[in-house]
Amino acid sequence: MRESALAQLTLARVREFYREPEALFWVFGFPIVLAFALGIAFRNRGPGELHVGVAEAPGDTSIRALLNGAPGLAARTLDSAEARAALRAGRIALLVVPGDPVVYRYDSTRTESELARLRVDQALQRARGRTDPARTRDEGMAEPGSRYIDFLIPGLLGMNLMGSGLWGVGFAVVQARSKKLLKRLTATPMRKRDYLFAFILSRLLFLMLEIGALVGFGWVMFRVGVRGSVGALVFITVCGALSFAGLGLLVASRARTVEGVSGLMNLVMVPMWILSGTFFSYARFPDALQPLVRALPLTALNDALRAVMIDGTALTALGRPLAVVAAWGVVSFGVALRIFRWH
Amino acid sequence: MPAIRCTGLVKRYGDVVAVAGVDLTVELGECFGLLGPNGAGKTTTIEILEGLTPADAGDVEVLGMHWRGGAGGRALQERLGIQLQETQLADKLTVAETLRLFASLYRRSHSVDEVLALVELEEKRHAWVGKLSGGQKQRLSVGCALVSRPELLFLDEPTTGLDPQSRRQLWDVIARFRHGGGTVLLTTHYMEEAERLCDRVAILDHGRVIAFGSPQRLIASLGADHVVEFALADGATLSPEELAGLPGVRAVRATLERAALTVAEVHRTVPALLTLVERRGAALSLLTTHHATLEDVFVSLTGRQLRDA
Repeated sequence: MRESALAQLTLARVREFYREPEALFWVFGFPIVLAFALGIAFRNRGPGELHVGVAEAPGDTSIRALLNGAPGLAARTLDSAEARAALRAGRIALLVVPGDPVVYRYDSTRTESELARLRVDQALQRARGRTDPARTRDEGMAEPGSRYIDFLIPGLLGMNLMGSGLWGVGFAVVQARSKKLLKRLTATPMRKRDYLFAFILSRLLFLMLEIGALVGFGWVMFRVGVRGSVGALVFITVCGALSFAGLGLLVASRARTVEGVSGLMNLVMVPMWILSGTFFSYARFPDALQPLVRALPLTALNDALRAVMIDGTALTALGRPLAVVAAWGVVSFGVALRIFRWH
Repeated sequence: MPAIRCTGLVKRYGDVVAVAGVDLTVELGECFGLLGPNGAGKTTTIEILEGLTPADAGDVEVLGMHWRGGAGGRALQERLGIQLQETQLADKLTVAETLRLFASLYRRSHSVDEVLALVELEEKRHAWVGKLSGGQKQRLSVGCALVSRPELLFLDEPTTGLDPQSRRQLWDVIARFRHGGGTVLLTTHYMEEAERLCDRVAILDHGRVIAFGSPQRLIASLGADHVVEFALADGATLSPEELAGLPGVRAVRATLERAALTVAEVHRTVPALLTLVERRGAALSLLTTHHATLEDVFVSLTGRQLRDA
């Protein structure tokens, strides 16, 4: 009884993957560790209390008392040497030198220092009799989806799809090539498309676990939800996984050694880690770079994932990013098939 | 119809001519050996015959078919069993999983159990390939070639690097396959292996066939079936002319360290040699005799030893 070659080839891929503990860690463990660490480090707590210094001079005690009584400020008196060191190290955001005029010494490019200057100045001016002509009222709010971790989890999902697609396919192909296993298989009546398709199928199997692990972790640990439909999320990740599997095949299509392909992988992946808005918004890059950044598959994938997870956008509104992702997949798969080195 | 017929095979890699016009015919049911030193063109020749490497010139017919792409090529591949020299199977699959994978690639294959029995790896069925010994890996590699119930089995240096026991186990596997009527084409640089396994051999050197026939006939072509080797102490030497004059000597090969005489009758040559050495006041530091082998055939044809050629 002949078994399906495609099924056996896929099974071999799956077995080789789950029997490699390191691969398991990089695919499942690492993104979760990263999400955990970054989620903790960048949890939103607002600017909180700002530390400021008051230089030793006549009148320093009254100013210190005044600032300590103002909201959001903590002041202490420092001599000039201490003050310089504290400013340089960022232990205080601003130094107040009493006198007439009162001097504020701070680095105006630091958001925290700028904020401290506003708070200190307001406290000082009001204490000396300034009255505000307009009546205002503050209204607090906490929009779900606006935290850093909400931004981060979809980005990590995208990055993971890229990493496991490229490594999962590219590494295995080049290893088989360098061990002459590819050549051995071409000496059998195996259909080449079965071999390549087995990679895609095994990727799809692991994909479900990858999404489950990371999205599940995000929910349990940080209450990062999926606002849009889960079906849309699955559809987008499948597109992403297929696209990056194609790219992995392309990267691995000629390389003869594992070292060679590792270099190529990094060449492809590192720019996208930085440019594609995984850890921070790509809007920070200059306008001239934006068309390039938006044309990258990971940028498009991250945009689509964030749209579904954070904004609850429907699939129908995501035509552009999905087209970019699909185009990368189709083109790289096509080119890979053409230039693939079996021997 | 012969199992393999090829004429005028040529393969170049840049300026290097790997195969320089090879003609071969392998009959159905025989075991045919391609012999020669490393770099003689054995692997290139066998890979052309296997359809893995296209030849630059020449004609190849395997089981009555020509190599071509697509379904025709696959139909021929269905009938072959191929073991490549350097294939490393996936370390993290078990023996049975590997065989099942290969079986799934063929329309008409042996069951995993049948192959495990053929290559005597039943006990290793659930072992990871990476944990097998060299000999076991090689038997598995041959097992992957046998899984297709091949009519024709290609083995490229199947026993290179194996210990004597593993080598004999592999010979048994080949013998069982031949017993079932299969045809074998193998390459080797072990002359003992060729003499033992092969009905006929072709000796390759620099991409050409320099000798062709049954091992017995090739050895007989030396004109004498024994080889006497000796060396003298303290760097003393005897001239080739003197040696050639000894009774029963057919050929003389002398290097700085030792001399080898191809002789018809050891019992007449050796006493005469001893007398000659004594007369010169020299002393022997080595004296051996052995039946002539294919190794001696290669040496007489090329003037080089196989191993260091």
